[in-house]
Order: sequence, then C-alpha cells, then structure tokens
Amino acid sequence: MADVWVGSPRVLAVNPVIEARALTKTYGELVAVGGIDLQVAPGESFGLLGPNGAGKSTTMRMIGAVSQRTSGTLSVLGLDPDTHGPEIRSRLGVVPQEDNLDTELTVRDNLIVYGRYFGIPRAACARRADELLDFAELADKAKVKVDALSGGMKRRLTIARALINEPAVLMLDEPTTGLDPQARHVLWDRLFRLKERGTTLVVTTHYMDEAEQLCDRLVVVDHGRIMAEGSPAELIRTYSTREVLELRFGSSRNAQAAVDLADLAERIEVLPDRVLLYAEDGEAVLAQVRSRGLDPTTSLVRRSSLEDVFLRLTGRSLIE
Amino acid sequence: MSTEQAPATTGEGSVRDEALAAAVRPRRFGAWYVAEHRLRSMRAYGGTIVIGGIGQPLLYLLGIGLGLAAFLDQPVASGAHGPVSYLWFVAPALMASAAIGVALDEFTYAVLEGFKWRRLFWAMNASPVSPDQIATGLVIAVVGRMGFVVVAYGVLVVLFGATGSVLGALLTPVVAVLGGLAFGLPLLAYSASIKEETGQFAVVQRFIFTPLFLFSGTFYPLATLPIWLQPIGWVSPVWHAAEVGRALSYGSPPGAWPMWAHLLVLVAMAAGGWVVGRRVFVRRLR
Ligand SMILES: Nc1ncnc2c1ncn2[C@@H]1O[C@H](COP(=O)(O)OP(=O)(O)OP(=O)(O)O)[C@@H](O)[C@H]1O
Ligand SMILES: [Mg+2]
Repeated sequence: MADVWVGSPRVLAVNPVIEARALTKTYGELVAVGGIDLQVAPGESFGLLGPNGAGKSTTMRMIGAVSQRTSGTLSVLGLDPDTHGPEIRSRLGVVPQEDNLDTELTVRDNLIVYGRYFGIPRAACARRADELLDFAELADKAKVKVDALSGGMKRRLTIARALINEPAVLMLDEPTTGLDPQARHVLWDRLFRLKERGTTLVVTTHYMDEAEQLCDRLVVVDHGRIMAEGSPAELIRTYSTREVLELRFGSSRNAQAAVDLADLAERIEVLPDRVLLYAEDGEAVLAQVRSRGLDPTTSLVRRSSLEDVFLRLTGRSLIE
Repeated sequence: MSTEQAPATTGEGSVRDEALAAAVRPRRFGAWYVAEHRLRSMRAYGGTIVIGGIGQPLLYLLGIGLGLAAFLDQPVASGAHGPVSYLWFVAPALMASAAIGVALDEFTYAVLEGFKWRRLFWAMNASPVSPDQIATGLVIAVVGRMGFVVVAYGVLVVLFGATGSVLGALLTPVVAVLGGLAFGLPLLAYSASIKEETGQFAVVQRFIFTPLFLFSGTFYPLATLPIWLQPIGWVSPVWHAAEVGRALSYGSPPGAWPMWAHLLVLVAMAAGGWVVGRRVFVRRLR
C-alpha cells in the first residue's frame, strides 16, 4: 500500500483516505462484516446506510483502528491499522454511536482533557476548546457539567471533541439517532459546515433522510454486505422510480388490492400497513386506481427516497 | 474553529506523513495523559481524599497511642533490640492498610465506570492512546493518590514518635505503596474482567479485604494466631508490607522472615496482577 503514496502532491490528492478490500470481521460463527470493498476520497462525505446489525459500527471500529479485522485489506490514511493504530487514530475524529463523555467534568474540560490524549499542549487545547465551543454553539455551557446537557447538546459536544485534533477524517456513527427533529437539524447544519470546509466525513445511519442530506456517496449495507453504491440520486434513479404512490386500504385488504393494481405500476410493494406503487407519475396512477372503483382510505404521492431503494434491494424496511 | 482546519492532503506531506508525526507524542506519553485525566477527575472528591488521608491516621494514632496502648501493660511485640512500643508495632501495618484502602477505592467501581457505566475507557481508546497505556495511566494516578496518603501518614508517624527510626519512616511509605499495588493490581485485573456488577465488590470488601486486615498481624503478631489461620497472613500484602515497615522501624526479631522474602512476595503479587491486568485491558478494548 505504502508505495501508492509515493508521488506528486497532485496525485496524492486523489488517493483514497480509506480503502478496504474484502474487509471481513467475524465473531465466532457470526459474520458481522462479510467482505466489503470501499474507497473514500479526501474531502468526500461518505455514508454507510443500513438497518440494525448490518455491520456499520463494526466497519467503523475497524477503520478507527480499535478492532482488528479478521481478513481482507484495509488502509486508512495510507497506513495499516494493524501496525499503525496510534498513527491512524491521531488523525481521526470519532463520534461513537453511544456518547462517552466524561459526565463528571465540565463541557470545556471534556474538550481539553481529550485534546491532551493527542499530545496537544494544554494552552493549545484550551484555545481550541473555546473555538470548538463556539462552533458547537455551546459557549454558554462551557462551565456546566455534561450531565446537565440535553441529548442534542451532548451529541454536539461529542462532535466538538472529535474535532479537537483537527482530524483528516471525521467518523460519525449514527450521529442523530435518538434526537428530536429540531436537534437533528441543528446537528446537520454543523456537519454541513464541516463538509463545506472540506472535512472528509464518514457517516453511518439508518435514516434515509440523513443519508440524503449528508452524503455525497454512500453504500447500502445489509447483513455485513454491500448491496449497492452510488450518490443518493444515482441510487434512487437506478433502483426506484421517480415517484411513489402510497395507498392504504386497511390491513386486511392491502394484499388483494395489490393484486388488482399490479399492472398499473412498474413495481408494487405490499407492507403490513400500506401498498407502494412505483411509477414515474404518481398522480396519473392514482387517477387510474380511482377509475377502477378502488377507494383507498388514504393516498399519498411522494418522490422516491433511499427507503425505497433499500426496500427494493432487501425486501425489508430500514426502520421497523 | 476550523477556518484553519488542515485539508485532508497538504501540499508538503501526505496525510500519511502527518499521521506518522502526530502519533509520536501519544506513543511516548499516552499513559501520562490518562493519569492526568484521572487525577483531574479525582479533584471532584479531592476533599474526601485529603481529609481522609490526614484524618484517618490521626484518629488511629491518637486512639491507639493515647488510648489502647495505655491499657497494655506488657509489650506485644519485639524488635531486634527487645520489646517495642505498641504504636511502633501497629503504625507500619496501618500505613500499608491505608494504601490498600486507596486501591480498594480506585480499582473497583472506577474501573467498571470506565468500561461500562460512563464508558470513559472507550473514549480514550478511540484516541491515539492504546489499551495498555490506559491501564498504566490508571495505575500512575492511583500511585499518586496512594503516595499522598502514605506520605501524610509518614509525617504523622514521625510527629507522634510512632517509629524507631526516622530513616525507616522515610522508606516505609514506599513499602506501603508496594503493598497497595500487591493488593491493587490483581484487583484491577479482576475488576477489568467484570462485565456485569452484581455485588462482587462488596464481596471483595467483606470477604477479602476485611479478613486480610484483621488476620494479617495488624494489631498483634501473626505468630499469636493459631497456625491454621496464619496462612491468611502469608498471602496478605498487609502483613508483608507491615513486616518490612517494622523491620525498617525497629529491626526484625530473631526468627522473622528476611526482608527480601517479604519484598519478593509483594513484587510477585504486584507483577502478576499487572501482567494479567494489562492483558485484560487489551482484550477488552480491542
Ligand atoms: N463485540 C462483539 N461481539 C460479538 N458480536 C458482535 C460484537 N459487535 C457486534 N457484534 C455483532 O455484529 C453484528 C453487526 O453489529 P454492528 O454493531 O456492527 O451493527 P450496526 O450496523 O452498527 O447496527 P446498529 O444500527 O444496531 O448500530 C451484529 O449482529 C452484532 O450483534
Ligand atoms: Mg451501530
């Protein structure tokens, strides 16, 4: 791997900061990550979208050089995590799935203490902590104990903490899971700013809206395997139609309705509570449904989303 | 913040070279960063540490020196030059117990807190610091707290005239810390292996620490116990550390174990605990 990096800076700029081939992690019999290939370019915002247990966190931990891979190759910042863990971790920022702030310290001390782990001198830690508190909109909470923060604030503090070393890559494992919609939007706004500044982001999520908002490119993972890869728009174009018509006939009638309407759409999915008809023009299909005398209790035409891509690829919903 | 954030790839060095350079300090000093964090956390209960560290020896030395010792009309123990005062006899054992008390405080709940309740070790683990440095850093911080406690003890021991040798009083705290680690490092290894807290630490306190304290020749010579109880003392860091402290204070009576034998046991217990403990940390965090 190392020789790839020998070359002019111009060539370096296009070299991936993360490159995995057949990356695998097993726990005994269980295959958590079953041979995935991925590449992340500098400045890119890359996503892993998948349901619970897909292997997202396991992949993040291997990239973050805290979990040894079972097989395959992995290069992060041009280095092998097996031999250069501390080097890789020095230049990563990690936002774990579960917050692990020091709840007994103040907000500001959390940043300073963490900065020290990177060998940053105390004065520089303090200066940077203040900048990051401004960035995370937590300046007025600087002297408050972490215990007193809301969930969204804790998450922002965790992101600020992950930035203390000015990382080359920021890794976010489900950054907004468990937050209310407003807190999620505040957080996304902060992540956008980082993206604009050219920070490389790697995000896992099981929210399709989050993936659409944050990711330039993503992989859909399920059962430790990559099902598809592309930009959100590409994935939707490839695996779904432009629009979706959602109909509810009542749970007992949905399946029969789907049979009756099968010829109207490019594809039909029957979920427990509704029927999804995939078509370029949802309104037109709805008109035809009505003209057949079928009368859904509710109907909705919407644009296709990554949720539909996931459903198509796996036959299951992302969020149960 | 990062208006000056470094781009992923700079003109001069690659991200790879940056990473190689950035890890130099954490690789060298990582354990000290962990210790710094722990000591900062201890400040939250710094008052308890200071008051306990000074108050406990003060109470023991006053209570035993002025109270209990006055009732004893015949000497309990002898040194190299015949019978010694009761206070001389108990002081080294009390000091070692104080160091072990710190270990009991710091190597139990605090360890589970790091792994499980507040997950602090996982945060450290994602930084350049490595699992063995996390374990080392914890130990450094605890040795710091033990050091404070035993030095406070030592000062009071000298003030109370509770030692036969001032030079011995200077060395006894070092032995007490070794005793603290002989008990503490195996305990650290055990605590780090606990996945679910179901009262194990209360068991350690009641069925390990308390018997070791009571049957380790702390308040009377081990030899006065029936022979079948004496093995408790032989495996007790309290007894070994106390005996070394006594030898330093007033010399060993004829027939006592040589000092090096006690030290060997203490070092073996501490080293064994350390080797296993580090391994448990690495296993759990990787
Ligand atoms: N340390 C471990 N030991 C054993 N099995 C594990 C371990 N970590 C993860 N697994 C298993 O590996 C699989 C993938 O887990 P992982 O946490 O990577 O999924 P995920 O995509 O992050 O899911 P979630 O959305 O729930 O966070 C799961 O079946 C999980 O139970
Ligand atoms: Mg996860």
